[in-house]
Amino acid sequence: MATKTEDYLGITDYKVIGTSPIRHDGVDKVVGRAKYGADIDMAGMLHGSVVRSPHAHARIKSIDMSKAEALAGVKAVITVDDLPLQEDKIEDLGEGAANLQHLRANVLADGKVLYHGHAVAAVAATDIHTAQEAVDLIDVEYEVLQPVLTVQEAMKEDAPLLLENQTTESLGEDTGQKSNVCTHFRHELGDVEKGFAEAELVIEREFDTATVHQGYIEPQNATALWGADDQITVWCSTQGAFTVREQTAQILDVSVSQVKVVPMEIGGGFGGKIRIYLEPLAAVLSRKTGRPVKMVMSRTEVLQATGPTAGSFIKCKMGVDKAGKIVAAYAYMAYESGGFPGSWAAPGAMCIFAPYNIPNVLIDGYEVLVNKPQTMAYRAPGATNAAFASETIIDELCEQLDVDPLEFRLKNSAREGTRRADGPVYPRIGNEECVKTALSSEHYATQLSGKNRGRGIASGFWFNVGLKSSAAASVNSDGTVSLVEGSTDIGGTRTSIAMQLAEVLGIRAEDVKPQVADTDSIGDTDVTGGSRTTFATGWAAYQCALDIKEQLIERAAKLWEISTDDVVFDDGTFSSSDSSKTFSFKELSGMLDETGGPVMGRATVNPSGVGGAFAVMIADIEVDTETGKVEILRVSMIQDAGKAVYPSYVEGQMQGGTAQGIGWALNEEYAYNRDGLLTNASLLDYRMPTCLDLPMIETHIVEVPNPGHPYGVRGVGEVPIVPPAAAIANAIYDAVGVRMTNLPMSPGEVLKALWAKNGGNGTS
Amino acid sequence: MPGKVHVTTTINGESVEFLCEPRQTILEVLRDQLDLTGTKEGCSNGNCGACSILVNGEVIDSCLMMGVEAEGQELTTIEGVASADGLHPLQQQFLEHAALQCGICTPGFIVAAKALLDQESNPSEERIRLYLAGNLCRCTGYDKIVRAVQDAASEMAE
Repeated sequence: MATKTEDYLGITDYKVIGTSPIRHDGVDKVVGRAKYGADIDMAGMLHGSVVRSPHAHARIKSIDMSKAEALAGVKAVITVDDLPLQEDKIEDLGEGAANLQHLRANVLADGKVLYHGHAVAAVAATDIHTAQEAVDLIDVEYEVLQPVLTVQEAMKEDAPLLLENQTTESLGEDTGQKSNVCTHFRHELGDVEKGFAEAELVIEREFDTATVHQGYIEPQNATALWGADDQITVWCSTQGAFTVREQTAQILDVSVSQVKVVPMEIGGGFGGKIRIYLEPLAAVLSRKTGRPVKMVMSRTEVLQATGPTAGSFIKCKMGVDKAGKIVAAYAYMAYESGGFPGSWAAPGAMCIFAPYNIPNVLIDGYEVLVNKPQTMAYRAPGATNAAFASETIIDELCEQLDVDPLEFRLKNSAREGTRRADGPVYPRIGNEECVKTALSSEHYATQLSGKNRGRGIASGFWFNVGLKSSAAASVNSDGTVSLVEGSTDIGGTRTSIAMQLAEVLGIRAEDVKPQVADTDSIGDTDVTGGSRTTFATGWAAYQCALDIKEQLIERAAKLWEISTDDVVFDDGTFSSSDSSKTFSFKELSGMLDETGGPVMGRATVNPSGVGGAFAVMIADIEVDTETGKVEILRVSMIQDAGKAVYPSYVEGQMQGGTAQGIGWALNEEYAYNRDGLLTNASLLDYRMPTCLDLPMIETHIVEVPNPGHPYGVRGVGEVPIVPPAAAIANAIYDAVGVRMTNLPMSPGEVLKALWAKNGGNGTS
Repeated sequence: MPGKVHVTTTINGESVEFLCEPRQTILEVLRDQLDLTGTKEGCSNGNCGACSILVNGEVIDSCLMMGVEAEGQELTTIEGVASADGLHPLQQQFLEHAALQCGICTPGFIVAAKALLDQESNPSEERIRLYLAGNLCRCTGYDKIVRAVQDAASEMAE
């Protein structure tokens, strides 16, 4: 049930917004007809496969492709030498950025391999089995180097360097110092030393979190056709067709207009399907063979060589005064970049203390190269690691102060006007409302009893983003509207966008026919990421509807021979101001030919006015003290959606984020051996939650409308992954009295902590 | 490689013949030769369940069955779940409950849940969760999937 706290602009009578129609692409997806990237087939199509490094860190001495080229059925073999050279330039990806030289060296290694699974060469053959045989016939000679696998190791002065020319940028200045530390930044608010001096109670701890993967079920894929006219078409599953176009054009050194990206249905992304991997390889193989080339990663390749998100080492310290107010906070946040620069400490730093009003804050962030795949966004990237640290400390403060953890959060809550340490002053936010909803929930009021059972609370924040979106819509003669938009649909956004158009025009969601277009058929639209799609592309659809409304008012005025000022549009009906004449939207839609021709609306937006999202989680767990296994008994996710446009899918985001957070908390990790080889590159060994691991996931949608959006939308996709790890750690403490400071809190780790506490005897 | 093998099987109630290499899985045959791309490939080693199909009514991961093993068997894929009369109650309930987000795991879940409901008319939540534990979904947290299966079971019992 939605908890309504106020109404935006007094709108209470939404007809479409806030309902849950059946999604427009639903039937295709339940009958198996929807076409995903790997479902492509074309006449004459070749199949590609990639040679990958068996080492974590090595210099490539030679590549012998002769045996592969001689194999019957092999049509082309490529290495990095087949990709044009790049200048040292940063490309914005919409969520993260990439240096083009690094992007090129990531898609095909340039002299050095920097992680186990790094692409070295690629093959195209008449069928996939022949391509895979050819991969095995390519001899690569390596000079193996010492791998660096943790940020602590990589930051040491004598650590082996991954990129020999990498220097540290510190506080905005290039230090010229060669190092694996790419970036050091700082946020400062007030006087942190003075703050800690005033504190009555200070808690400080260190936290280690493992590298984790987004775990989408559909592997990366790309099919490309490079025509004799130098026009290149790419079919792929991506969070953003336009960023794929931009990156592919840059890597191939062609103009963006030579590349058309056709976004197929996408089987999950969570931040992992933004950077390109296979697209330029398929394109170059196509150029060499004159045939379309399809490439699909295996699960092993997905885990070894696409971007997981950063593991991290965080030191966190917080102090409270006598009155129970947080007076100072410090964080040292060192995040893995993987083999190339660009990591997630920066967004983590924006989130770490975000739910609180703290006068004195200092945050030092570091982004550090390690011999792992180049990290990528994963649902509120950086924030889950950060909240694991800060929210665990908050829990410990509450325990020592003997105060209720929700009352403490309410007392210290950030609100409108609070300045965050990285600069922004909050507009209207819904953090207090989330905490109050948690406090008054039936879950929180229900006592948890039983041995080794515990309850944990944690808060989370994600700032959300705006960015560019485009939409175009045409009115059909039967009173429906065909909507074309540029946001790839990963979880029902066709419908949440269409609903915002329908609301303006007074028609049903079902009367809108939304479709996601290729890059030649709609204006530039940034990625489906940053929780932006319903916010920004929904806004474009809203503007598009206003454009249609204005044009239809002109048509009605023409038919009635009155001024447009005398036409009123309300609830799907056009009427003259004296109410003598009316047209329904449908009636007027049927009269377009005789009033001047078709009506189309168009809109592009790049909105400011983004509203941040807060969430609170209540987690009840039980620890098996024999095995260390943590069972989830009951969980509630409480989250401010601003306005829940499509509530069933808002709940879905909250439940999905919670489940991913639980996996991150308890099981998921990249397990590297001493040589830097990934030892668990399968979905059996990289252990994501199954439905047997989880209970029903209770959701409370809080609605504190975002004043920056026409319908008050904030964006809902990311924040629910932020609280779970900390909430579960706090629940484990409540259950068995051990503070878990490393992720994942796998059975072995919990058992170790119990043994440390109980002197070698796990039973408590 | 040895030559191709001629296989005669039944898929979604229709007799089908195909030629396949002994190294090809039935998943590859379904997707790449018979154009039945509703069955998805997520891991190719039996861990994710996206490629679930029914063989003589039992749910299996089609990435673990060779194409030649289909000889004489009765296969059901997602394309055979709906009928000319409309969607199967499971498909309808998945839509009503918003039990899919990206949709890549959905065919596998519906096929696996069909196998369960064909055998048991009133499975408990625990039983549904156990039965579907071989199918991974990364989007939904399973809540709405379990509810959709529960409601489909009720609908089919009526």
